[in-house]
Amino acid sequence: MRIDWLHFTPWDALAGGILIGLATALLLIANGRVAGISGILGGLLRPARGDIAWRLSFVLGLFLAPLVWLTMRAMPPAQIDHSPVMLAIGGLLVGIGTRFGSGCTSGHGVCGIARLSPRSLLATACFMAAGFITVFVVRHVVGH
Amino acid sequence: MNLVTAFVSGLLFGAGLILSGMSNPAKVLAFLDVAGTWDPSLLFVMVGAILVAAFAFRYARTRVRPLFGHRIHVPGAGRVDLPLVLGSVTFGIGWGLVGYCPGPALTALAVGGHSTLLFVAAMVAGMAIFEVAERIRASHAEGPHVAAGPAGPGPTRE
Repeated sequence: MRIDWLHFTPWDALAGGILIGLATALLLIANGRVAGISGILGGLLRPARGDIAWRLSFVLGLFLAPLVWLTMRAMPPAQIDHSPVMLAIGGLLVGIGTRFGSGCTSGHGVCGIARLSPRSLLATACFMAAGFITVFVVRHVVGH
Repeated sequence: MNLVTAFVSGLLFGAGLILSGMSNPAKVLAFLDVAGTWDPSLLFVMVGAILVAAFAFRYARTRVRPLFGHRIHVPGAGRVDLPLVLGSVTFGIGWGLVGYCPGPALTALAVGGHSTLLFVAAMVAGMAIFEVAERIRASHAEGPHVAAGPAGPGPTRE
């Protein structure tokens, strides 16, 4: 294993993580809701009375975050170079998987682990392992 | 008021994803690529977020209700089951293929161009497939007359 020192950004990563933690704390203590993005978004596809507006507000906040960010400083570089077919397959798998698995990186990986939920610990181990293996296969076996 | 706090929480969450570099799929894939040149940044994001969230959940346990709402919706213990494992593995494969999970994809949507738009559309379609599957399952389990009702685990279960 070689560490990518050129792109490794421990302080920004830690500060960003703390911001994510604060956002989670705010939603939990003010709204009584767990900040699991797949659950919040997926709940919009199962509309129930009184359960829609807060979800839309949260998703709108996420969506507008880069536009607010751009009024203060430049966006960090982003790179996505996948074929449309790969993007569609990846999106489908993420959508189906997070809903059947009851959560994603935020709901299981952050909130669930913070609560020491056995379900979330297992789910996080599963999607991390699947992510590691998938990247290994794509980059080092198939040889992208 | 609860709409304002939800909005601010979304903004903060998005800002955290941008600052940490996680709205960049290439950086996430560099974390998942342990056999290549490995970028451990995502680990630091998780540690920072989990530490703060752990305090919040501990504090939330001492409260009867949230500031603006009737109750705190925290998932129950629940049991480990097959959908949890298979769903999470499926998610991990999609995550490893592209480098987006739901939060970063929504955050990058406004600035990510066609690629991000396509990914998000496919992701929402995947979530819709889950809803259809749940409704079919519920109608088989409880008879056709309740098919229109909400099905499966509640929306608070993360």
